[in-house]
Amino acid sequence: MTSPPSVRPGYWTANLRYLAILLSIWFLVSFGCGILFADALNGFRIPGTGFKAGFWFAQQGAIYAFLVLIFVYVRLMNRLDREYGVEEE
Amino acid sequence: MNVQAWTFTLVAISFALYIGVAVWSRANTTRDFYVAGKGVHPLSNGMATAADWMSAASFISMAGLIAFLGYDGSVYLMGWTGGYVLLALLLAPYLRKFGRYTVPDFVGARYYSHTARVVAVVCAIFISFTYVAGQMRGVGIVFSRFLEVPIEWGVAIGMAIVFFYAVLGGMKGITYTQVAQYCVLIFAYMVPAIFLSILITGNPVPQLGLGGADLVSGEYLLDRLDGLHEQLGFAAYTDGSKSTLDIFAITAALMVGTAGLPHVIIRFYTVPRVRDARISAGWALLFIAILYTTAPAVAVFARTNLLNTVSEQPYEAVPEWFTTWENTDLIAYEDHNGDGLIQFVGPDAIDDSGQPVQNELTIDRDIMVLANPEIAGLPAWVVGLVAAGGLAAALSTAAGLLLVVSSAISHDLLKGVFRPGISERGELVWARISAAFAVVLAGYLGINPPGFVAQVVAFAFGLAAASFFPAIILGIFSRRMNREGAIAGMISGIVFTAAYIIYFNYVNPAANTADNWFLGISPEGIGFVGMLINFVVAGIVSRSSAAPPEEVGRLVESIRVPKGSGPAHEVSA
Repeated sequence: MTSPPSVRPGYWTANLRYLAILLSIWFLVSFGCGILFADALNGFRIPGTGFKAGFWFAQQGAIYAFLVLIFVYVRLMNRLDREYGVEEE
Repeated sequence: MNVQAWTFTLVAISFALYIGVAVWSRANTTRDFYVAGKGVHPLSNGMATAADWMSAASFISMAGLIAFLGYDGSVYLMGWTGGYVLLALLLAPYLRKFGRYTVPDFVGARYYSHTARVVAVVCAIFISFTYVAGQMRGVGIVFSRFLEVPIEWGVAIGMAIVFFYAVLGGMKGITYTQVAQYCVLIFAYMVPAIFLSILITGNPVPQLGLGGADLVSGEYLLDRLDGLHEQLGFAAYTDGSKSTLDIFAITAALMVGTAGLPHVIIRFYTVPRVRDARISAGWALLFIAILYTTAPAVAVFARTNLLNTVSEQPYEAVPEWFTTWENTDLIAYEDHNGDGLIQFVGPDAIDDSGQPVQNELTIDRDIMVLANPEIAGLPAWVVGLVAAGGLAAALSTAAGLLLVVSSAISHDLLKGVFRPGISERGELVWARISAAFAVVLAGYLGINPPGFVAQVVAFAFGLAAASFFPAIILGIFSRRMNREGAIAGMISGIVFTAAYIIYFNYVNPAANTADNWFLGISPEGIGFVGMLINFVVAGIVSRSSAAPPEEVGRLVESIRVPKGSGPAHEVSA
């Protein structure tokens, strides 16, 4: 095991902050819109389609949101790594 | 050419492709055997992960399940994709930085304990075995239907193929074979879906066709299906019948289980850098999402077609596909009222005079995807293509799982615990012996499954959620978590989850109803509760025992930072 490289404080806290924000959205689109509020959202429709909103989140929307979340995370972390000089060559 | 000739041809071509790829990339060293020389491009790795992950359950069963469950089927859609967010954000980059071969490697090192490692190995073997048995069964079903051989022969043929490239090829063979298998399976899934979407809604994109209007009536497809359901006495398609809490728990158990499955986690050791591990999870989810957003559309198309084709039709005039599947006993018709028509109705069905109507048709949910192209009257080559795709899905997953079993035995148990001095060559020999043994046992379980495949698979997810996930998360995010806490957490999580599932499925199946469940949570969702128990027990026990040694603190500091990850191509010793 190599000894840990010295890292300016703040890197890990920033990482945890990103995780908290992104995972809140993750929870909101799936467990929130797709499950807990699905019945209420089913009173609305995605305009121009036959989708009730709650049903759409559960069977389509949440999956699209998951994808966006991962790619946003990758961008944020790569930027953070460079800021703190801990990126790999 | 007829359906059978097309099936033979397409399956033969796809198999020749996989075997060719496996031979081309044959591995020579142990490190290659496990993790492909650590030099897989993140895009290829994402594709291989997608093929590894999407099993016979995703390809063959899921759309059929959703077609019968409606909104309740969402648990599979969200559960089996949302786990990738957890994987990408909470696990993959840190495990890649840690940079050893297997999940028990991490557990053993982070918790400085052979006991923890052995507990992890037992979990990994058990999870992988239950899962692989389901895959072998899926292979057997496809072969027996399309090649018209008994299911035992179907399983045996599948065993031979898996043995050939998993045991001889190793991980590198598997990685590129899985890339090929992903291409075959996604093509095979999308072609009939696009055909159906055009036929039914006029829109070539199934995800949009699902929200579109039906070409015949001009009504929205989902509204029309809800209407049909109401008329026939089923619950409305877009509403569920499970309790909200149960839906929540099942979704959570599947998500967390996904993130804790050892054959998925091991894939993130194969990319060169930490940042590649992050993006690789994104690519994997993209490739998975193509199928997972199409599946609900396929489910609605299949359901609508099925109702239109069979409901109130004379039994004498049923189409050919109906008779073919009847011969496999996966469709059964019983004319209760003697009118010669097929009444396919739900539990609330009543006729014009208000009398209840009895359902006369039983259909196995697993055949919907395979039968769908025939129901819609698509060309014979499409039907053959679907068979080839189903086999690709089942075989790729089976091979990945066998690799976990063989590495758990040869690497984690033998080298890690019982015979630390074993040579690399000896380790490789043992890896192959245990893979061969695993293939045979999996084949046996495929022929004589211990229960319904879906139950067994739910078991695997529940166990992964209740054991690995908390142990790994705490190992990364808590410096204070120690050996005692992790072991106590894993054991209590597993024991609780396993006991609950075994009790309701095998000991007292008669009591398996919502009234008797803990808080109304079904055995499918109980892994979520097991996970919470694991976290709580681990927290309490670790606070009341000694802090982990200093070098573990340094290990945790080190995996939190990408810089200094292991080299991409290690030369074997």
